[in-house]
Formats: sequence, C-alpha cells, structure tokens
Amino acid sequence: MKDPLVKVRALVKHFKLAPKALFDAPPTLRAVDGIDFDVQRGETLGLVGESGCGKSTTARLVLRLIEATSGSVMLDGVDVLGSSKKELMALRREMQIVFQDPLSSLNPRMSVGTSIAEPLRFHSIADKIERFDRARQYLEVVGLSKDYYDRLPHEFSGGQNQRVAIARALILRPKLLILDEPVSALDVSIRAQILGLLIDLQAEFGLTYIFISHDLSVVKRVCNRTAVLYLGKVVEIAESERLYREPLHPYSQALIRAIPEANPDGPRVDSLAGIEGDVPSPINLPSGCRFHSRCPHRMPICSEQEPPLKDMGDGHQVACFLH
Amino acid sequence: METVLKVEKLETQFKLRTGVLKAVDGISFEVEAGRVLCIVGESGSGKSVTAQSIMRLIDPPGRIVAGKIWYRNLDLLALSESAMEKLRGDRIGMIFQDPMTSLNPVFTIGEQIVETIVAHQGVKKKEARARAVELLRLVGIAEPERRLNDYPHQYSGGMRQRVLIAIAIACEPDLLIADEPTTALDVTIQAQILKLLADVQKQLQSAMILITHDLGVVSAMADEVLVMYAGRMVEYGDVATIFRHPRHPYTVGLLDSIIKLSDNRDSELRSISGLPPVPIDPPPGCAFRDRCSRAIAICGEQDPQPYNTKTGSIVLCHVIAQEETDERQVSA
Repeated sequence: MKDPLVKVRALVKHFKLAPKALFDAPPTLRAVDGIDFDVQRGETLGLVGESGCGKSTTARLVLRLIEATSGSVMLDGVDVLGSSKKELMALRREMQIVFQDPLSSLNPRMSVGTSIAEPLRFHSIADKIERFDRARQYLEVVGLSKDYYDRLPHEFSGGQNQRVAIARALILRPKLLILDEPVSALDVSIRAQILGLLIDLQAEFGLTYIFISHDLSVVKRVCNRTAVLYLGKVVEIAESERLYREPLHPYSQALIRAIPEANPDGPRVDSLAGIEGDVPSPINLPSGCRFHSRCPHRMPICSEQEPPLKDMGDGHQVACFLH
Repeated sequence: METVLKVEKLETQFKLRTGVLKAVDGISFEVEAGRVLCIVGESGSGKSVTAQSIMRLIDPPGRIVAGKIWYRNLDLLALSESAMEKLRGDRIGMIFQDPMTSLNPVFTIGEQIVETIVAHQGVKKKEARARAVELLRLVGIAEPERRLNDYPHQYSGGMRQRVLIAIAIACEPDLLIADEPTTALDVTIQAQILKLLADVQKQLQSAMILITHDLGVVSAMADEVLVMYAGRMVEYGDVATIFRHPRHPYTVGLLDSIIKLSDNRDSELRSISGLPPVPIDPPPGCAFRDRCSRAIAICGEQDPQPYNTKTGSIVLCHVIAQEETDERQVSA
C-alpha cells in the first residue's frame, strides 16, 4: 500500500450549542461525526455534499483551524492534532487553504503583493527585499503580472483575486492545499481558467489537493477520488469516474441525478430526480442510517443500525445496507 | 398562443459619479402564455435589472430611459404607480433569489400569505386563510394548518422558497418572474423547487421569465432563451437551437466553458479569456469584441443589430450577419 500524505481517522467535531432553557442540557451539533479517509501524494480528493454535511468543518479540522472533539489527523507521518503550538507553526507551512470568496479572505487595505508575502513575514522567512521579489514571482506563477504588486483587491475581478489567494497559499511551498469551493463564487466563463491554473500548479509543484465543492461536475473533472458526505459521515468514497458511473449509495445516486445538465438532450425538469424532504438537522440526527428518512430504498434495519463503510473492491467504499 | 409580455428596446440606466451605467441597453423579447423564457448571462450582464424594469422596481439613480413594456395590451411604463402596484403580486408574480430576505422575519408565514390574498382579492381574512392552507399544501408543505403559524426562521431554505412560490401564485398570475430562484439552494432541493415551479407554471398556463446564470437550469426549464452580455442581448431563440447551434461567439464560448458531468480528467478545460466590460459610457461597437477571437474592424465601430439567422435564432453579431449575407448572395 502506498504511503498517504494525509491520514484522517475517526475524526469527530461536536459543537455544544447554547441550551434552550437555563437547566437544559446543551444540545450538540454533530458537524463531523466519525470520518476516515486517506489522501495519496499528488492526488486530488474531492469532498462533496450539500450544505451542513461537514465538508468545510472537515477541512478546518485537518488544518487544525478548529480543535477536533476526537480522532486523529496525520500529515506526512506527523500527528497534527497532537502537535504543540510550536510544532503546529511548522506544520502550517506544509498545509494551506484557499477559500470560496477571495474578497473576504484578502485584506482590503493590503496590497495584493503584501498579502502574498504575508505568510513569509509571519513565518520569518527571508528579508524584506527577498519577500518582495518572491511575491512578484508568485504573481507570475498564478498568471498575473508582477507589476500588480501594489494593486488593492477591489481593483481586481473575482477571478484575479482568487489567483492572488492561490499565490498566497503557495508561497510557503506547502505539500497539501485545501481548496474550499475555490470556483463557486466565479462566473462560468472564468471558472475553467482557475481550475486549469490549479491543475497546472499541482503538476508544477507536486501538490496534493483536498477539493471541496457542492458542484459535482467540477469535482468529477478535477478529482482522482471523491468522497460523498451526508450529515457528518462519509457515505461513499471511490475513484471519481467509477463513483459517477456507478454510484452505490442512494444518496450519491440522488445527488448525481439531481444535476440539471446544460445539454439539449439532457434531462428536462420532469426527469430530474430530487429527493423527498429536507436534510435533517445535525442536532437531532435520525437513528440508524442518517439518510433513511429520505431514502427510497429504506429497510427496517436502516432505522435501527448505522451502516459501516464497506469495501466493494478497488477502494470503492459505501455505507449502505443494500450492499 | 397569446403574448403575455412584450419588451421592446428596453434601456435602463444608472447615473453614477463615474458616468452612465447602461445596465440594460436595448433588450427586446416576448413571452407567450404557457411558455418559459430563460434570461441567462454572467454577473453584471443586466438580467436582474431587466426583471426589475418589467416590475418597475428601479429606484434612482436608476431610470428606464427608453423602450416599451407591454403586458397584454397595457403599456406598463405609462401606468400610474398605484395601477402598477395592483398588477404586482396579482397579475404578475415574483420570486427572488434569497428566500430569507424576501420574507418578513417578524410575521408568521400565514400572515404573509394572507396579506397578499386580502390585498389583491378583497376576500375576508378567514377565507384567505383557508386559501393559504391550500396554497401551502400545493407547494408541498406538510401539515400546512400547523406550519401556517410558524415564522420564516422555522422553515428551511427550500421550504422558504416554496412559501415564496405560494405567495407568487396566490392570485394565479399570468406572468411569473423568477430571479435566480434556486441559486441559494442545494442541488437536491433545487431539483424539487424547479419541478414545483414548472408544475405551477403549467397548471396556471402562465408565462414565465426565469433568470439564471446556470445553463443546466436553462436546459431543464426553458422554451426560449435570451443570452445577455454587458447589458446587451447577444442571442435569442428557442432552447434547442441555442444549445445545438449557438451562433454568437459569446454563446459559443459560454457553452464551451461549462464543465459537464460527462467530462473527465482528460477533457479540455475551455474558457473565454479576459473579463466582461462594465458598461459605463460604453464606446460604440459590440461589447464582446475585446474577448472575441472573430472580431473584425466594424465590431469596434458600430453596434451590431438583431439579425435573423438561417438556424432560427436572432443574433447580434457583425461577423455572423456578414457571413450569412455573403452566403445568401452567393446562392442567389
């Protein structure tokens, strides 16, 4: 077996909420409720799911931007969750993140060049002149002119700002880059530019990506493997082509069939398969399989026991009693 | 089929400090009863301003400066504000993107539906309430009698959008305008809401304008499509024609940039280089020319005019118009 760059085991994040009344027990929101996955070196792992499924929380847990309730995250053999503050500082150079909305993740009063150089300053790498040079170099790496150093974010379009955010994430030469909905805020004609850039950079810098998105077409296009999340659990994980060709979990199937395709021969609205009902609240999780209340194939066992992730061969895992 | 709405050379502008923003610049289209027109374009292309212009919801510094909007035989731009108010929510129903901000958080869902019905149909509250229950049931809300007393925050995003649809169709309008109605929703919920919209529209046989940036939604819902770019219309035709034979270089580029579910890791990623211009005091010529690989000299000199192509769509492009004119001359 290969030696994965990232190993996530039994990762859990429960948020304690404010109690409704004075002597009530505080309700628990189970944002991430026992997740396991590996990310191989140089691969892109997609995390997909609808709002509230825990995909962004997972990203923040892996980076330890928030503290996990339990579980473990290993990056290149180093225990991320067990690291001391000082060790974590060093680890952060190895893993970076790019968020959805570049305008809110960039300081509006800091020139884009200074923003890109900021991680170097923070980690006390290189002197001022070298930081300036390197930031200019990284502007070019992401396809912007190095003369843009002094521009402010508001002078740029969304796509250009996203390039700046990518440059800032890359300047420390991390091994792992987490991309949290990196193109969701961008227009269709710009999306492909940024995705193309990310794919090129991955090859150039030997990067490993965790790619979070609700857009399944985008995930399929860029990810080697895809994990489908539902209410804080991985319900299915497989090589992307295979997942889309033969999704096994009823939720994955519904998710894929609900996408309207821009194609004159694609499904018209009547044949789109929405699933009944809404996603249950992560505070009052259904018993057994979390999807059973909306599942067209539910059986008695589904409300009694929680299905474990089962290996179907070739690394295709699914958590469903049908299989 | 009868035409419910006809828009002719609509121009809506915003006077800004930096100049005049031509948000909508000469848009013409019509929608028939029982048909769905999708207006598609990227952010800032003028889709929403078009919808707001039809509803006459443009506030200063914005102003409708030219064009005509016909709702059946009514000239909407000549109507008094009070007459317009009567039409809105009655004959013309609206659904906006964000269901949280379109509902008033301090009133129950029931009160908000009842208000619309009482205001437009002059019925008693009790009767309106019974109708509200019926409407909520119609849009797929379980236990409507009980849920009527809930506040918006007690509803999920998808359910709130259902409520907005219930309010929009309360008076059985013959024109529905939906501005990005599913953009804030998850895909599985989006599929539910699109189905619901299509169902009520078919039942009422109303004309619908659906504004979206998602070409997948267009493909699933539209009968006709109007493509907008930087405030201008660039292509207009029926949905199959636009998807099968896109003619305007922008439409072609836009369709090429979509990442499809059938794509894999080896598929080519295509995009349109450059950025759309902001139409503040735009120079003459085609708005797309700087990003267009086919641009010729005239594209920077004159505004392209609507041209009926042999494939059946209306295209505003000098290159296409010239190409087809030449062809016709050769064959004639």
